Order: sequence, then structure tokens, then C-alpha cells
Amino acid sequence: MATSHAQKVGRWALAPSLAALTVWAFVPLAIAIYFAFLRYNLQSDNTGWFGLNNFYYFVNDPYFYKDLFNTVALVLSVLAITIVGGTGLAILLDQPFWGRGIVRVLMISPFFIMPTVSSLVWKNLLMHPVFGLFAAIQRFFGASHVLDWFGTVPLLSVIIIVSWQWLPYAALILLTALQSLDLEQKDASMMDGAGPVSFFRYIVLPHLSRPITVVILIETIFLLNVFAEIKVTSVGGFAGNLTYLVASQLNEATDIGEAAAGGLIAVVLANLVSIFLVRIVGKNLGT
Amino acid sequence: MKKIVTGVVGAFALAMMAGTALADDTTLTIATVNNGDMTRMQKYTDDFTTANPGIKLNWVTLEENDLREKVTKDIATKGGQYDVITIGMYEAPIWGGSGKLLELNALDDPKDFLAADVNGLSAKGKLWAAPFYGESSMIMYRKDLVEKSGLKMADAPNWTDTRALAKKMTDRAAGINGICLRGKAGWGENMAFLTAMSNAFGARWFDEKWHPQFDQPEWKNTLQFYIDMMNESGPQGASGNGFSENLALMQTGKCGMWIDATVAASFVSDPKASQVADKMAYALAPDNGMGKRSNWLWAWALAVPAGTKKAEAAQKFVGWATSKHYTELVAAKEGWANVPPGTRASLYANPEYAKVPFAKMTLDSMNSADPLHPTVKPVPYTGVQFASIPEFAGIASKVGDLFSQALAGQIKVDDALKQAQDYSTAEMTKAGYIK
Amino acid sequence: MAIKISARRQIAFTIIAWTIGILMFFPILWTAIAAFKTESDAYTLPQNFLTTPWTMENFAIVQARSNYLLYIRNTVVIAFVSTILGLLFAVPAAWSMAFAPVTQSTIKWSGWRWLATILGTAFVVGLFLYALGWDLTNRASIGFLALVIVIVPAALWVFSRNTSDSLLWMLSTKMMPPAGALIPIYLIFNRNGLVFKDWGWIDLSDYNIMDSFWGMVPLMMLLNLPIIIWMLFTYFKEIPVEILEAARMDGASLWAELTKILTPMAVPGIVSTCLLNLILAWNEAFWTLNLTNKYAAPLSFFISEYSSPEGQFWAKLSAASIMAIAPIMVVGWFSQRQLVRGLTFGAVK
Repeated sequence: MATSHAQKVGRWALAPSLAALTVWAFVPLAIAIYFAFLRYNLQSDNTGWFGLNNFYYFVNDPYFYKDLFNTVALVLSVLAITIVGGTGLAILLDQPFWGRGIVRVLMISPFFIMPTVSSLVWKNLLMHPVFGLFAAIQRFFGASHVLDWFGTVPLLSVIIIVSWQWLPYAALILLTALQSLDLEQKDASMMDGAGPVSFFRYIVLPHLSRPITVVILIETIFLLNVFAEIKVTSVGGFAGNLTYLVASQLNEATDIGEAAAGGLIAVVLANLVSIFLVRIVGKNLGT
Repeated sequence: MKKIVTGVVGAFALAMMAGTALADDTTLTIATVNNGDMTRMQKYTDDFTTANPGIKLNWVTLEENDLREKVTKDIATKGGQYDVITIGMYEAPIWGGSGKLLELNALDDPKDFLAADVNGLSAKGKLWAAPFYGESSMIMYRKDLVEKSGLKMADAPNWTDTRALAKKMTDRAAGINGICLRGKAGWGENMAFLTAMSNAFGARWFDEKWHPQFDQPEWKNTLQFYIDMMNESGPQGASGNGFSENLALMQTGKCGMWIDATVAASFVSDPKASQVADKMAYALAPDNGMGKRSNWLWAWALAVPAGTKKAEAAQKFVGWATSKHYTELVAAKEGWANVPPGTRASLYANPEYAKVPFAKMTLDSMNSADPLHPTVKPVPYTGVQFASIPEFAGIASKVGDLFSQALAGQIKVDDALKQAQDYSTAEMTKAGYIK
Repeated sequence: MAIKISARRQIAFTIIAWTIGILMFFPILWTAIAAFKTESDAYTLPQNFLTTPWTMENFAIVQARSNYLLYIRNTVVIAFVSTILGLLFAVPAAWSMAFAPVTQSTIKWSGWRWLATILGTAFVVGLFLYALGWDLTNRASIGFLALVIVIVPAALWVFSRNTSDSLLWMLSTKMMPPAGALIPIYLIFNRNGLVFKDWGWIDLSDYNIMDSFWGMVPLMMLLNLPIIIWMLFTYFKEIPVEILEAARMDGASLWAELTKILTPMAVPGIVSTCLLNLILAWNEAFWTLNLTNKYAAPLSFFISEYSSPEGQFWAKLSAASIMAIAPIMVVGWFSQRQLVRGLTFGAVK
């Protein structure tokens, strides 16, 4: 048990972080609430109380429901791809083969790439319908009409880029977890004659549930706010998400009031997700 | 807790001192766009600083969209980060009219500026930004492909012939697309082109009472024509192509013709960058026999924001950068082809400059665009490829998204127009134009 | 490995694993190839990447055109200083939560009651502001006062909670969409920003931390603070409490406990936390793109500005991309084991 002295010092040690985060979390929020009720376009002098109109216009924006759907679809599909794919890769990497260290390094590299760079690379060098590598491969196999990735399947294209960035993370976390699996347990179950499927189902999967929770939590935090990938590939009108919609209200329409209202809606939605997620994590990690 | 409070206060005090230190010297901060002419000017600032000792120049060079967003925010919040700003024909009348810019008082022979530029950069009868370079749009085409097709390109073609020619030139198996046009969403990207194009089809953005006009047949004709033509003869992935993407396509020989900014002529005809440099020819943007052509009008211009504390030095700089002296300086050092085009009548009267190819086509294109009367039917706004109201950028960005999706075949033309109509009506109501 | 695996299986696994590894790495490799080609060759890369000549010229052009060194200096300053600053906040906090946890909330209200209190305060303050005409642009002191009144119940809520709730709350702040906070932060950073303008008795008109390290470093620190507190916390949790308790029994002072016992055991955790923070700060793109132009603009800004009105320049863009990602990627390669260990956030014992 901690001593009361340690307790007292502990409170002081925690205070700076709590204070900083309180300011960080609530001051912008309060200012955003103020602006959400204001008619305020940066380029116009017509400013004043606007009631709930900003919220009304944001929700009735032709893109609102579409972008809401895209936000959810992006998060869920990237989570699914990275976790299923990551588990598969982790099992593969857990097998003995030559050059494991180098393959690990190759695999994790996408995680270090800044989103602006990875979007530019995928857009121009790989997915471009005229100069891109994928188009060249299609033409090599005799296709006369190549796939225009960002024109015909914009959301899928974004999902592929984002998954590429996050797959290494999931795979390596799950690999670390697998490697911590008790060797004796492995041996014992093999001796019992358990097949690989039931071994996976009853031994591996339960062991992975905690790391998978962590992967879901960390990825969700970043996936909800995907921005650069959409901005740089300029698919905002096709497959924008809420973050993009709010940012475009601000940057293109220069409408502070509506951007603030949209930001608040995004905050509420994110909090719903976070309450849900944080509960699970709290349970699963037993903090 | 006390320590933290002291710390925070200390940090703020330091930050403020840092701010004060910056404010004390006589450095002008100039926000500018990263194009060739502006970058070139940064090389010749010695000429200005030796003539004006005590003034130092500090350049903040940004990409076009980024520049617009950052300058807009700074001007609106009177942030005072910049002493000289580079703006276009869209912003100048809006900000000038609402008192966010200072009147220019150190210009070199302002009567010499082209009327098209002055009209586009003025509000309330005053010029608010000095044009640094001006541009319009025109057809740039491949002589060899036109010859091969057996058809002809007129100097001032119409849309029907242009489309037929594009179709004839298209040879997708050989990777040749008859026509490359902007399709990437954005008010300065596809909407600049489409709005200018719609002028030739008799369309307009708003009627005299600010009601959006996307439900009218003129817009439907424009958009349908554009999409059909692009499906016939355009490149794959056209909905993602903006200016630079099309430039790359043109330079690598993938396009038969391209309708875009007149400044692009110098890039496609540069043998170092372009594989088709020796095969280029130029024509006016097409019309439809209704009296208006599909070319736009744009100028990058220098202005002094009202928030600056160094107005006098800033005025001097704007005067220098847009002067005849600067033009002569660049001509002496880098040749006449590299002087900023499209701003002064005296430049086009200069026989040396007349030798530059596409100089005349640039002037003709600019003269054929009238920002005060851009459309066939009367409109309450000025601007050829935009409407000079603060809300336009936001509305046109969304509409541009819709039209880009229509081009990609994600939604139908009718749906795109209907959504565009609904959205712009709502926005114009919100902004208080529609009572 | 107790189970014998035949050589044939090992060969099969080797081939599959290498194929997947190379496929994952391929986009980066392809960019690197394009970076060493001339501009016109880069456009036809898929057809002729083996036959065209290699060149180094792109890297020199990128430096000459865009002053790469300025941006990498800014990136390094922001990433390192914000990491160190973050540790100054996070290490005590993580220590406190791991070894001196608060088990009971000091104010025992339900979540609903807190929510009602906070929203109620905001509502009352809002009514007051509405009565004043909802115009703060010229009344900074009233705005500031309103802000303080709204913050008080929120701060009470935050400070009164027990450790496990605090930890989860910290994480949830990381879920805030940055778009919602952008305008307020912009206005706070800006000279004459509407929020802190014209106090009557003090002239703040020269105060400006836009596009400076004074703004970007604290901002980056705050952005990553929840993650690094959590990561450190999970590391500290793994240190057996018995050792500390034994030391306390022996009468070791808190200072001795911290320096002699805890620090040596915590070093690996702190190092991998540093690495993660460096990577996150290096690659951050939302705030840097919106708040910097030059003086504090990092590499993510440099890349996003690398489109040009004179064309696309894919070879140079590739070269610039490689220059922007190479330093952090190499750091990542050498530290990936520690990093991955930390990124499990204690989920793997």
C-alpha cells in the first residue's frame, strides 16, 4: 500500500498533467461552443447571434450523412482489415524462417511514414490511371480500360492507403503477444492432439483478446481523425469524412460558425465512441 | 500549483517578448504564391533593398490554396502577420470593399495597367491590389495530331467543332486523349473552368435576385456537354485532374488539346520539360455563338492589408514590384519571355515583347474577358469564372465536388444539378442574400 | 522451439514471409526508385525502371528549391523539445498513477450529475453572454471571465476523480476531433485573435505565437501527452511493487526510491515512450499544416507544399518524400523492438 506521504506527493505529481489536459480539453471546447451560436463568415461583416442555425445547416449539408457513413465505414473496415490481416501475418511471422529480423523491419516501415507522403505515393506512383504502376500492370495483362481508383472506388482507395499504414502496427503487436504465449502450453496442446484450428480457437484467440483491444483503441483514436489521406488525394467530395467536412467548412467556406457547430457534432459522436471503447478497455485491461 | 502558475505566466511573458522583438525591426513580411514569376522576383530583391536601405524583406512562399486559406484567416482576424499579401481577382474587390486593404498610393503609372486587370481588382471605384501578372485561358493543341485527324482548328473555334476535333484525335490504344480538361473538385479547379465554359452556353450562377440557376437548362447543357465530351475523348481519371495533372499529361504527349491558363503555354513549349514542345499551337477558348467565350480572367496582385504597421514601406514595395522598372530589370537579366505577362499596355506595345510567341494570344484572350459583364444574361456579381461574394468559395467548392462526381459517373447529371441547386439555395439563404 | 519443423516447410514459410514483407515495403521502395530517376523517366517508370539511367540531381534541386534543411531543423526542434517537455509532465503523472493511486473519487457524484453541472454552468454563462449581445470581439475580459467560470466545474470534475477514471479520461481527450479545436487554437495563437484582444488595461497587440516554436511545441506536447502518460503508466505498472514496498519498509526516502530504484528500472520504458512521441510528432500533419508557414513549419508542411504550378515533378516529389521520411524511418528500424513492446500498452505481459 502506498504511504500517505507518497499519496500526497502523488497528487502534486499528477496535477500539472491534469491541469494541462483540462485546459487543452475544455478551453477550445468552450470557445467552439461560443462560435457555434454565431453567424460568422471570415470574409463577411455580417456577424451576430445565429441561434441553432449553424447546427441546422451543418446537418442538412448534402454531405453530412454521406460523410458520417464514410467515417464509420472507414474506421470499421480498416479495423477489420488490420486485425484479421494482422492476426494472419502475426501467425506467419511466428513460424521459423530465414531472415525474420529483416522481414520484420520491412513490414513495420509503413508505420513510420507520414500520412502526407504515403497519400502522395499511392496516388501518383501506384494508383494513377495513366502513369501509375497498377494501371501499367492492368495494361500489361491486356486491359484496355484500366481502373480509375479515386474516381470509381474512392472510399476503397482511402481504406487501402490507411490500412497499409496501420497493418504493420496490428501485426507486430499481435506477433509480440503470440511470442509471449507459453511454449509449454503450445507443446501440451499439440501433444493432446489438438488440431491447429482448435489450438487457434481455444488457446491463441483468448490470448490475443487483450492486445486486440489495445489495437482497436489506438487505431480508432487515429482513424476517426483521418485527414491528410483525404485532403492530399483530393477525394473529399467522394469519400470525405466528418473531420474533412469540418475542415472544409473552415478552409474553403471560411464559415467559422458552421465549422464550430460541425466540430461540436463531431466531438459528441467521438465521445459516444470513446465512452463505449473506454469501457471495454477499462474492463479488459483492469486498470 | 503555484510553480505551475508561475511557469505558465512566465512562458506567456516570454512568448510576448518574442513577439515584440519581431515587431521592432523594419522587416516586411510578404506572403506570396509559389509560382515561377513570384519565385523569380525573390532573386531580384537586392534592387529594391539597395534603393531603400532600412527595409528588409522576409518571404513566406505558399502553395496557392494554402496561401488563400492562410491569408484569408489572417485578414479576417486582423492577425497582422503579413505586410504585403498576394491575392487574386476574387479577394481584391471583396476585401477592398470592406475596408480590409489599404489604398495603394505609390504605384508606377497606374493608368498603364490593362483595363481587364483594373476592372477585376477594383471595388467602389478604387484599385485595391496592383496586378503583378495577369492571365486568361486558351486552347493549347498539338499541330501534328490535328493534321493527322484531317480536321482544322480555327483561331476562334466554337464548342461543336472543338468537340468533333477532340473525338477525331482520340486514339486510346495509343494513349492519346483528344481533350484534357480540369475535373478535380475545387472552386479554383474544375469550377473555374466550368463557370467560364458555362458563360459561353448562356448560363449564370445567380439571377439578379441572387437565386442560384442550376435548375435552368443552360447549366444542364453545359454540364452534359462537358461530361459527354470527356467520356468521348478525355483521359482516364479525369475527375482527379487539376492544372498540374493536366500539365503533366500534356507534356508527356497524352493529350491532343488542353484548355487552361495562358501561362501554361510557356511550360508546354519548354523543350526541357515537355516532350511535345515543338508541336504546340494556340487558339482562343471556344464559344457557342452567344457572344461570350469560355475563357476566364485572373490576376495575381499585391495588396497591403489594413492591419500592417509598416504601411509606408509596404506601399513602396508594391510600387516597385509592379513597376515598369521591374519588368525591364527581368527583361535585361532573363529575356523578355520571362517578364510577368498580362499587366501593362506598354509591355504589349513594346516590339521586343511582341516577338515572344503566345504574347498576342494572351492579350487577345484577356481582352475578350469582361469581369464586369461576364455572362449573356445580367448578373448581380462581377468576375468571369467566379462570383465576387465571400460565400462563393464555399458554395463553389461543394458544387465542384458534385460536378466532379458526375464526371466520374458516381452520380447522374440531373442529380448533381439538383443537389447543387438545393445546396447553393440553402447557403445563399443562410448568408442572407435570399430574403 | 520444441516442435521440429521440416526444412521444406521452413523454405515455404521463408518464401511467403519475404513476399509479404517486400509487398508491404514496396510503395516505399518504388518511391525511392523514382527519386533517383530524371523527371521525364519518372512518368514512364513502370515500363522502364531498369533501363533508364540513375541520377542524384533531384535531391540537390529539392534542397535548392525548397530549403529542406530549414524544415528538418524545425521538425527536429519540435519533435525533440515537445518530447522532453512531455516527459517532464508525464513521468511524474505516470509514477503517481502507478505507485500512489487514488482509489476513491474525492467528490462522489454520478457521471450524470457532473454532466448536468458542467452543462448547466455553461448554459447559465451562455444566457449571460446572450444578454450582453453575444459579442465578445471587443470585450476580452468578459470572455475570459466566462471561460474561467465554465472551466471551474470541469476542472473540479477532472481533479476529483480516482486514478483509473483519470487515466481513461486522459485517453478520451485524445479522441477529440482536432477540427473542433482548430478555430479556437487559431484565435488564441493569433496576434489580435478575437479571443484575447483589447483588454483595456494591457496591450497585447504584439502577442503572437502563430508559426513559432512557442506555439507548436506546447501544442505538440499536449497532443501526445495522453498517449505517453498511458504508455509510461503501463511500463511502471510492470515494475513489481514489492521492491518499492520493501524499500519503503527499509525507510528509503521518496527521493531515494525514485532515483535509486525506480529510474534504472524505468529507463527502457522511458526510451520507447520517447521514440513513440518522436514518431508521432514527426508525422503530425493536421495542426502543422494549419498553423505554420515558415518559422516553425516541419517536414509534413514541406511535403504538402511540394506541388507546383509549373507541373507535377514526380521525381522531385519522390526525392522530397524520401528526404522527409528517411530519418525517422531509420530511427524506427533500429528501435522497432523496443517500440513495439511499448505499443502493446501493457496488453502483453
